[in-house]
Amino acid sequence: MCLAVPGRVVEIMDDGDIAFRRGRVDFGGIRKEVNLAYVPEAQIGKYVLVHVGFAISVIDEDEARRVFKYLEEIGGLKEELGEIPQ
Amino acid sequence: MKFLSEYRDQKAAEQLSQQIWKKVTRPWTIMEICGGQTHTIVKSGLEDLLPREITLVHGPGCPVCVTPIELIDKAVAIAHRPEVIFCSFGDMLRVPGSSKSLFDAKAEGADVRIVYSPLDALKLARTNPERQVVFFAVGFETTAPANAMAAWQADHDHIENFSLLVSHVLVPPAMEALLSSSNCVVQGFLAAGHVCTVMGYEEYFPIAEHYKVPIVVTGFEPLDILDGILMTVSQLEEGRHEVENQYARATRREGNRPAQERIIEVFEVVDRQWRGLGEIPASGFQLRGRFQKHDANRRFPFSGEAAHESPECISGLILQGIKKPHQCPAFAVKCTPENPLGAPMVSSEGACAAYYHYGRRQEHDRQANDRIQPELSGTPSR
Repeated sequence: MCLAVPGRVVEIMDDGDIAFRRGRVDFGGIRKEVNLAYVPEAQIGKYVLVHVGFAISVIDEDEARRVFKYLEEIGGLKEELGEIPQ
Repeated sequence: MKFLSEYRDQKAAEQLSQQIWKKVTRPWTIMEICGGQTHTIVKSGLEDLLPREITLVHGPGCPVCVTPIELIDKAVAIAHRPEVIFCSFGDMLRVPGSSKSLFDAKAEGADVRIVYSPLDALKLARTNPERQVVFFAVGFETTAPANAMAAWQADHDHIENFSLLVSHVLVPPAMEALLSSSNCVVQGFLAAGHVCTVMGYEEYFPIAEHYKVPIVVTGFEPLDILDGILMTVSQLEEGRHEVENQYARATRREGNRPAQERIIEVFEVVDRQWRGLGEIPASGFQLRGRFQKHDANRRFPFSGEAAHESPECISGLILQGIKKPHQCPAFAVKCTPENPLGAPMVSSEGACAAYYHYGRRQEHDRQANDRIQPELSGTPSR
């Protein structure tokens, strides 16, 4: 039930009251209306994490790459030292 | 980046697994809190990538599983009222009550509807002013901002025919209950990423300190889980017990402040019964103050018969990580997703359902390997 899916904000509909702030979010081609009340910093083009119709976080794109950078570092280390002994 | 499929890369998963193999020197037991994480682990076969020293036990983070049977009975009774449209997330429908589920009620003619969001239920209330629309507000902290907003909007727009049957539970008190139990085997936690996205993770510092247990806020994709395990194992091997954040792309230390403010405005913390675990102090939310007029508990008084659990279901032991689903005699024999004895077999986050759908074969293979292993002596271990 705590499933949340990242999607890209393609449109923001602002009627003035933040509690009703909505947007259209693209999930790999499928677009849904999402409540944006909890992510005032959300902008068009940014990825938000959506749970039961509400965006609960804006994805930090630098942090999103951290694990891959780490793996790259290990990989680079591997190349320098040869195969890391098991 | 799509921030999803990248975290399912097999090669990267193998690399992370190698790092875990290098770190581990002795046995460790780690609990993933959230049922969503359990499903990723079992579905992706992550346990097969881990050294034998690491045991993963599955936590109570399945709101459907821990919703008390009395509340299911109450939901069924409310749903049967002719004026009611009863709305719920789909997961709750098959959960067995004392004698029937919401699905049974629907089959008998009750107006039970599956909704994606509590706002869909609110919309139904707006378009059906002559009916009473009740939303089954089940969930952990992740779902609380959505349910709080539904109550807030109903109050704001004076939608009087909308109410919530609230069964909200909180993760940190459940962790403390597990840790203070005498048969606790857990040495490290993967904390539930999306719960922390909402609430932040400051609450976990005193727990890590008091129980000397590492807590790593972890995401839900295979690479997230392996990365979380690597961070936890590193702490355990180095004798550290800190709170770390693996899921920083979505979770910040302070959490989502606007969501927390709305939650505090609408809900107050109360003691809660957890199915299988009993009552845990200060472990849930209930509507507060002016929002109580939207409380289905108050609107529809219920005096049902005393609830009774199936005596064969060992879900309490499963939810505490003491037993694994396949160790239950009823598993896949008397208890299946079609005819469940307990909630963990129904929910998309239940450990029993995960083992049923993906895991039985793996467990079978593992046992077969164990039998073959002695004949392969001399084979270098990975």
